[in-house]
Amino acid sequence: MTRPRMIIGCLAVLVLVGGFAWGATGLHPFGTGHSRYGNHLAHSTVPQRAATNSVVVTAFDYRAFDTVGEEFILFISVVGVVVLLRAIRGDADDRPEDELVPEQRRISEASRWLGAALVGPLTVLAAYVVVHGQLTPGGGFQGGVILMAGLAAIFLGGEYLLLLRLRRSATVPQLADAGGAAGFVMIGFGGLIGTGVFLQNFLPNGSQGSLLSGGMIPLANISVGIEVAGALLMVLSELLDQRLLGSQ
Amino acid sequence: MSVYPYIVVAWLLGVGLYGVISSRNYIHLIMCLTVMQASTYVLLLAIGYRTGAKAPIFADIPEHSRVVDPIVQALTLTDVVVEATVVALLLALAVQAHKRYGTTDPDAMVRMRE
Repeated sequence: MTRPRMIIGCLAVLVLVGGFAWGATGLHPFGTGHSRYGNHLAHSTVPQRAATNSVVVTAFDYRAFDTVGEEFILFISVVGVVVLLRAIRGDADDRPEDELVPEQRRISEASRWLGAALVGPLTVLAAYVVVHGQLTPGGGFQGGVILMAGLAAIFLGGEYLLLLRLRRSATVPQLADAGGAAGFVMIGFGGLIGTGVFLQNFLPNGSQGSLLSGGMIPLANISVGIEVAGALLMVLSELLDQRLLGSQ
Repeated sequence: MSVYPYIVVAWLLGVGLYGVISSRNYIHLIMCLTVMQASTYVLLLAIGYRTGAKAPIFADIPEHSRVVDPIVQALTLTDVVVEATVVALLLALAVQAHKRYGTTDPDAMVRMRE
């Protein structure tokens, strides 16, 4: 360990211990938390929005503006990953595909079959989690990650070529990422047009417990789900490219 | 009982920070950072917890049940997403650094630049 790193580390530890001790004096004992705002939000979701999952209602309706910010953090960091990794790749991109995939034959039959068998169920599960976000635990972010897991099953099954083609055409994940991010903002503008307030709920609430309850929340969940899956797919395929180039 | 979750928070933050300071490999360092991040999830959820309360999802409980705070849970969701994106970006930087310096040891990298 070098000296400067040690010194900076010790300073950070001192500040952190002091700050943590000071902060801990103001904490209430575990289990006695009572936030009036939280309580109010939890008990107004059903009467106001006909949606039963108050966490998703908080994230996608009452505090939707925060989620827009969060979504753009995701978007921008994916752009950062792509820029960083493509700078390394350079000319290697032009080689024919079969040169880039030397490992495909080494994948066992069992993992190929398992990968192929998992894609369908994972995709269905992802769609289920996304569209039921306003009713039961789930939502766009969680469903997007599961959808991505379905695509990762293709990778585990050894179908590098398929993913590589997807990366080279590049339009599908990029469109999903950008379209999902834009979709949420469009929903925000819908609120601006319908009610005069950005990201205000402008759709009818529907009946409690049905798929179309919660006004704009299902739409927001779907657009976030598409964005998350597209963003993660872009990161995965860029990292896959690194792996394939590294094995040369 | 009332302080144990906060001790877990302090422990996760501490071991994560120790790992970040003493790590000799960027990938390991990034994993230590995720351990530090995990302490914030525990802290947020511990703050929102109320003894005997249910999850704030009214699909199968009466509307006026005592529930835990939904705001900190939504914040935890944000936290998880931000962590995942930060890790992706840091891993990309680690790949870039390895290509350039041929090592993932931060100290060796500093020596090379001198």
